Amino acid sequence: MRLKTFRQSGVAEGMDGRIGRLEKRPGLIGSDVQRRDVDRLLRGRGSYVDDIKLARMVHVHFLRSPYAHARIVSIQTEEAKKAPGVVRIVTGNELAEVITPWVGVLGHMASMKSAEQSALAIDKVCWQGEPVAAIVAESRAQAEDAAELIEVDYDPLPVVADKANALDADSPVIHEQLGDNLCYERKENVGDVDKAFQEAHAVVEEVFDIGRHTAVTLEPRSILADFNPGDRKLTVHLSSQVPHMMQYLFAKHLGLPEADVRVRVPDMGGGFGLKIHIYGDEMATAALSMMLERPVKHIADRTESFVSDTHARDHQVRARLAVDADGRFMAWEVDDLCGAGAYSVYPRGSVNESKQVLNLTGGPYATENYRGRARVVFQNKPMLGQYRAVGHPIVCSVTEGMVDRAAHALGLDPADIRRRNFIPEDAYPYKRPAGPVLERLSQHASLEKLLSMMDYPSLRNEQSRLREKNVYRGIGLASYIEMSNPSSATYGVGGAPITSQDGCVVRLNAQGSVTCAVGVTEIGQGARTMIGQIVATVLGVGMEDVTVLLGDTEVTPYGGGNWGSRGAGISGEAAYLAAGSLRENLLSAAGVLLQCDPAKLRLEGKAVVDEDSGEARMTIAELAYTVYFRSDLFPKSFQPELVASRHYAQKALDGVATNGIQGSYLEVDIDTGFVSLLGHWLVHDCGTVINPAIVNEQLRGAVVQGLGGALGEECLYSSEGQLMNGTLAEYLVPMAAEMPDIEIALISTPTETSSLGAKGAAEAGAAGAPAATMNAINDAIQPLGGRVAAQPFTPERILRALNKIGG
Amino acid sequence: MSGRVEITLTVNGETVRRTIEPRLNLVDFVREELGLTGAHAGCEQGACGACSLRVDGKVVRGCLMFAVQVDGADVETIEGLAQSGRADDLMAAFKRHNSLQCGFCTPGMLLTADELLSTADHSSRAEIRDFISGNYCRCTGYQAIVDAIEDVQAKRGG
Repeated sequence: MRLKTFRQSGVAEGMDGRIGRLEKRPGLIGSDVQRRDVDRLLRGRGSYVDDIKLARMVHVHFLRSPYAHARIVSIQTEEAKKAPGVVRIVTGNELAEVITPWVGVLGHMASMKSAEQSALAIDKVCWQGEPVAAIVAESRAQAEDAAELIEVDYDPLPVVADKANALDADSPVIHEQLGDNLCYERKENVGDVDKAFQEAHAVVEEVFDIGRHTAVTLEPRSILADFNPGDRKLTVHLSSQVPHMMQYLFAKHLGLPEADVRVRVPDMGGGFGLKIHIYGDEMATAALSMMLERPVKHIADRTESFVSDTHARDHQVRARLAVDADGRFMAWEVDDLCGAGAYSVYPRGSVNESKQVLNLTGGPYATENYRGRARVVFQNKPMLGQYRAVGHPIVCSVTEGMVDRAAHALGLDPADIRRRNFIPEDAYPYKRPAGPVLERLSQHASLEKLLSMMDYPSLRNEQSRLREKNVYRGIGLASYIEMSNPSSATYGVGGAPITSQDGCVVRLNAQGSVTCAVGVTEIGQGARTMIGQIVATVLGVGMEDVTVLLGDTEVTPYGGGNWGSRGAGISGEAAYLAAGSLRENLLSAAGVLLQCDPAKLRLEGKAVVDEDSGEARMTIAELAYTVYFRSDLFPKSFQPELVASRHYAQKALDGVATNGIQGSYLEVDIDTGFVSLLGHWLVHDCGTVINPAIVNEQLRGAVVQGLGGALGEECLYSSEGQLMNGTLAEYLVPMAAEMPDIEIALISTPTETSSLGAKGAAEAGAAGAPAATMNAINDAIQPLGGRVAAQPFTPERILRALNKIGG
Repeated sequence: MSGRVEITLTVNGETVRRTIEPRLNLVDFVREELGLTGAHAGCEQGACGACSLRVDGKVVRGCLMFAVQVDGADVETIEGLAQSGRADDLMAAFKRHNSLQCGFCTPGMLLTADELLSTADHSSRAEIRDFISGNYCRCTGYQAIVDAIEDVQAKRGG
């Protein structure tokens, strides 16, 4: 019956065979299991960090720099200290006595540099919003009142706001000790690029701008640090995607033994990559709890989130593509300039987007000649961090934008030029010229599937019919490659304490239920359910029998948490292997009791079942009862083992590539510049699909985040480095009415690097949506002679492209 | 802040009396004073809708009202809506359609959806999208939320 459920869900062409090799029965793997953990959230009974209250808890508020770049001459806190409810006020130097500083560089990225950073600014501030003083009070409101009484004397310095000027000889240098504002530079040159450009039938060029935006988790960054002076243990309730990394770094920088730091992630209101970094205010909150020996809470408000959260993107990419007379790509050239903010973020660094631009531009297409340069520069803005799809939206915008430019230059249909250039099916594994080795992908099948879902010919007909009536509609395609299941090549080899492996421990309990603890965290994406489905399938029990523990360093095996689309592929594999190991243990115990060969038994329907007849020999509950309470029934020499653990790190490749394609259909109002999204389609290949409903919603949510960046979201800065739209009323995240329905299909090419075969699904939507939108807008307005390449594609930019407004 | 004020109101059917600072906003009041943490402070300026509460039958922004303004009022929070059983089908539909991920926006979204379902006879998908546009969701992309509301509307005979 469960098999039927799986087949009914109709997902993932190609998956049947894989599951057949994997498990005799797919069980719950591949079925739309509902998330049991949402009932609390639906009833308002979740527990996010801000919902937790502890005895003697106090609140910390941070006074932040109003200047983007300034020397701190003095900080007067005497008046503020006398304000009602104030418990303690600290500034940078005082805090530096209890927190060691950090530098956000990765050792394997030669030439990367950044400056030493402290929890609170010392002597100078480098971005508007940098925390300068911490005010602890009985209530948040009292802390904010007291902050107004602190007098900081700043000596403003010249500001580096625009990344384009950051490397100019006369530009101010933000960190004098570094000599210049260059954080990182990398060059690649493969094949004979110059020759290809000389011999090209056509060369297309474009400059792409991808604006600076930010994750805007609806739950702001939240921390409740609780240091107990009795046992000197620090418990941190933290909205974090990476509890083990945070445990490591709290211990390291606060001088505590690892064993005395516990990081616990309660319910979490979104992550998207925002909550995988070290933030000075969070480190300060933990230190203050140690100094005060009582619980200290900090919940960022939205205004300070905008100026203290990591931002993302902020790239300008100059690209050239050489094409032969048949529309085949001969050479690519890219030059990426990225604004990293004031420091390279710790411990992941702020250069991974640019790394991906160089690694993956031209991604889905066979490429022989390739030249690239990436430069990441410092500027007086918040730090650049990893945000959903890290670099891939830029890669995809550049690549797919150039592909459409080439198609236009040669008069080819956009679908056709992609077909001609995709990496041939027989060329896998395929080494990108300056990037990773790609396992077998499904570019061709994905394209054909997408075109049939969209009914591409009909849309083209409709488009030309409406154009006669001066209605400008466009169709945009965007193929993508999205890396997932990262190995330690991403961070570990660079010296960052970020594990790429995950552990899983599975145990049988006395009444036949199963408890599973695993390294991934639940941030709303459905990890608990996904892991539960795998464990329940392997052990032949129901979802209701499996408790999945996540996000607590004192409880779960060491794991990387959530980043890099690794949940199903890494943690899922660990869970699959651990459950398989426990299954062997249970079957051997059952074999002893039933006096038969364990190989003749299997677990199914909450029972130990005879392999040949399918007859239930004993229930798993009976087995559990017997092993725990009737040891006397086993031979003296046999000790049943009822806990199993496995660890898994993907080591075959730097990362496991996924692929897919998106399609956009939209209308541009050429009088107002407004874009109406009429339809969006996506085909994704994440290998083995554990839960299609969860995968689909991950893809949809990511598409909408991608559309946000494409159409509205941008952190707008003045030339003085002041954020000009730092509220949710002015920073335009997508609303329901603006978004289209998104049709999704899944194709399954399981990875051969693991037994489960799962690849990533959470980021790909964001990777391709901006490019598909851009190509559709340009498809709509090209007959009028305009085109856009700067994101977000605001009405103003579209009207400028159409020469409706000047400048 | 001096001059604390006493207010008496009904919250989820229970009479509540508290003495509070006049500057305390409604969402902080229900969260901090009453321990009803289902409403969340997402932006504190009325944009995101995570703090939605029902006051005298109408869904309002909990961050844009002072608690002193609800003296004598009838307030319902997500906890009260859940307990009433009035939206059981809506909550089940949210679960069935996978209409929530992190759940931070969900209480506000449910109150808004409940208001739509109880005030409009029939809403198209576009009308549903329009009505819930004051509630931001950063996880789902909204489609599954629209699906759930449409599903409940159909089952209720709308």
